[in-house]
Amino acid sequence: MSEQPVRVAQLSCGPEHSGVQKEIYDAAAMVNAEMFFPDVTLADIRRSYDEFGLEARSGDLKLAIARAMALVEGSVEADAVFIATCFRCSEAAIVRNELRRYIHENSDLPVVSYSFTERTTAGTLLTRMEALTTIARRRALLAREKQVGITLGVDSGSSTTKAIVMQDNEIIGTGWTATTEVLKSAETVMESALSEAGLKLSDIEAIGTTGYGRYLIGEKIGADLIQEELTVNSKGAVFLADRQHGEATVIDIGGMDNKAISVQDGIPGTFTMGGICAGASGRFLEMTAKRIGVDITELGPIAMKGLSREVPMNSYCIVFGTQSLVNALAEGHSKEDVAAAACRSVAEQVFEQQLQEVDIKEPVIMVGGTSLIEGLVKEMGSLLQTEIVVPHHSQYIGSVGSALLSSGFIRGE
Amino acid sequence: MAKVFIYPATSLVLSDMVERWGHEPLGAAIAIRERIQTASLDSPPLQMTPEDPKKGLKWAAVEVPAGVRGRMALYGPMIDEADAAIIINDADLAFGCMGCSRTNELVMYLLRKRSDIPLLDIKYPTSDEEGIEFVASIKEFLTALGGETNE
Repeated sequence: MSEQPVRVAQLSCGPEHSGVQKEIYDAAAMVNAEMFFPDVTLADIRRSYDEFGLEARSGDLKLAIARAMALVEGSVEADAVFIATCFRCSEAAIVRNELRRYIHENSDLPVVSYSFTERTTAGTLLTRMEALTTIARRRALLAREKQVGITLGVDSGSSTTKAIVMQDNEIIGTGWTATTEVLKSAETVMESALSEAGLKLSDIEAIGTTGYGRYLIGEKIGADLIQEELTVNSKGAVFLADRQHGEATVIDIGGMDNKAISVQDGIPGTFTMGGICAGASGRFLEMTAKRIGVDITELGPIAMKGLSREVPMNSYCIVFGTQSLVNALAEGHSKEDVAAAACRSVAEQVFEQQLQEVDIKEPVIMVGGTSLIEGLVKEMGSLLQTEIVVPHHSQYIGSVGSALLSSGFIRGE
Repeated sequence: MAKVFIYPATSLVLSDMVERWGHEPLGAAIAIRERIQTASLDSPPLQMTPEDPKKGLKWAAVEVPAGVRGRMALYGPMIDEADAAIIINDADLAFGCMGCSRTNELVMYLLRKRSDIPLLDIKYPTSDEEGIEFVASIKEFLTALGGETNE
């Protein structure tokens, strides 16, 4: 790679003692980023500790506060910030959250925060690190507001694979299938999208890929843009919702992980990406649909007819959640109420585990396949006390974002 | 000669004092030196691997943050091995910084729980008079342990 490495400032407590510092370095190296620890003096720590006003007891957290202040004050330069502390530490959670907010409000540095366990791997950190470096490196590309020429976007998700063909800022072809073999699923959706558009692959001027299978598919078909889904989905969401300027929050509840992204002018500011809890994902809703004997596409309308409060639902675990669901059905609750309760359970978990880590700014845009489940959108809206925007083609968000951003490569941006 | 666990374990002043009065200090420098000198998977800066938090399970349960368990993999064996211990409460950052406050609480608790060893539990001085008294009490404690002065 000939590009300069992106300099990412690390504010942390514990990764070296948890054995995951090497994983952080490895993930950074994969995206040509360089981690560094901002240099501060003992006097800086004492001063910033008093000025910041948070009485953290841990020495490493005091150091993290001083380093954050050095970044904001500009005495240390960085392209992006990575905040990492131990999972399960309450003091670290407070500091992590306040530092993320402080940097976000007082600088234009992209920030990602993560709470790690000793099992955190470079692979887990990769998407976050990739998003962080993309925001730092490709601001010009991310500022693209219109799609030009003819482009194709492929989104290889954990549950479904989607493709979109766009021409002159319009969607002209779509393809959707369940993900089985990554390449085969991609071929299927590309064929459908091209056929709907009445075009051949050779007509396409630029291709973008995103999602879990982005590298495999991108390399196979020679994509111009291979990009993680955090930046791609943010761009796709504000484009489809026609909210390219100003603030927005994008929520994407996926099959395997969830993303909550705070967006400014289409560029992600801070984001969280969950992925350790199946009970807070589309997988749980798929399972619910199967259990009540309906197709996943019917779950939303059924849930809209039910009352979520009628069924007590454990919202912390897919196993206990399923148990609650089975018990409710055995007790004679209607499938409408059970479907609504399942939607509420997922919304509650995403709210509790993730949305409290990003500052919710309106409009809130829900995207991804789960945004078509009206019951889930309703429950999320009632939790956030806002009207949620679900743009047309919201299930194709990754493909749309890829098709839009890849059009920047037609003229070699 | 006694093995004396020092808290803050990173304090070079305390480590030096223990040595001067003829004892072996047990502190972070020793634990970290062992990590660096032991050939193993390279995980800078401490050569710690995800295996270490598992070793820390002996002193801190699985629901405790990984960083605490990793640190306990360093300090736990030394606490078990110690013949005596010195705890300096509320020490200044410059005197010896222990990164994780939760680990510090556990380390101090485990030391205090070891009622079978002599323990000097004192406050960090804030004035010259307190400083003189502070050094004198450490000297008295270490002398009573029967070490030979290397002053």
